[in-house]
Amino acid sequence: MITYSFIFLAVLAVASALMMVISKNTVNSALFLVFNMMSLAGLFLLLQAQFLAVIQILVYAGAIMVLFLFVIMLLNVDEEQSLFNKLRLKYFVAFLLGVSVFAQILYSIGSFSDTLPMISSKMAEVGTVEAVGDVLYTKYLLPFHIIAMLLTAAMNGALMIAQHKVRTEDNK
Amino acid sequence: MIGIDWFLALSALLFCIGIVGVLIRKNAIVIFMCVELMLNAVNLSLVSFSSHYGNIDGQILVFFSLAIAAAEAVVGLAIIIAIFRNNLSVDISNINLLRW
Repeated sequence: MITYSFIFLAVLAVASALMMVISKNTVNSALFLVFNMMSLAGLFLLLQAQFLAVIQILVYAGAIMVLFLFVIMLLNVDEEQSLFNKLRLKYFVAFLLGVSVFAQILYSIGSFSDTLPMISSKMAEVGTVEAVGDVLYTKYLLPFHIIAMLLTAAMNGALMIAQHKVRTEDNK
Repeated sequence: MIGIDWFLALSALLFCIGIVGVLIRKNAIVIFMCVELMLNAVNLSLVSFSSHYGNIDGQILVFFSLAIAAAEAVVGLAIIIAIFRNNLSVDISNINLLRW
């Protein structure tokens, strides 16, 4: 059962990622990315990381993608022409690079795959909200607060960068 | 039962799709989404290692990387908006102010 759901979710994730890269409409790309996030959340559930699965949907598919869609609609980007109208050398080189990086990673995984762990027996108790929260508020308390400050700083920075300078007559 | 190596291979595949997307697309927003895809792929491998070793630190790292990704998305989209306002396009081949 777990094997079948893994295959289903993996095919869904890879297909939506590919469609995101090749679809020429930006809004469609964003929606395919949401699809991809959803299937990754399903994979997290398979790995018994319930907390991260919920956070993945809430933060990524909820907040970040809404931001992306908002910006896409705001900028009113016109459609690019299709990627495959004319075959360019660039696409071929990019594809070759991607395949070679993938082959390298697979080769390095294969060389140590017999030292990789089997499924841990503690797997079910690792990913619960209690377990994550317990570590987060004791061992990782300082990084947690630093992240909070970083988010505030990022929000202020984004407001500063994106604000429109209103030129009125008196402060010119 | 599916082993950890399948999760790692899937994560590598998603990462490489992200790389190819960054290389071939010209729309800055789509490039940005491909970077998010690569971040997610690495998150997947962190979570699978964490679950298979029974150690929670990997999931905490994913939590922090989610927060970093949110901050990065906010600042990056603000920069894209600022570029669009000056340039009236998000096509990266038109953005060549710093290119010599």
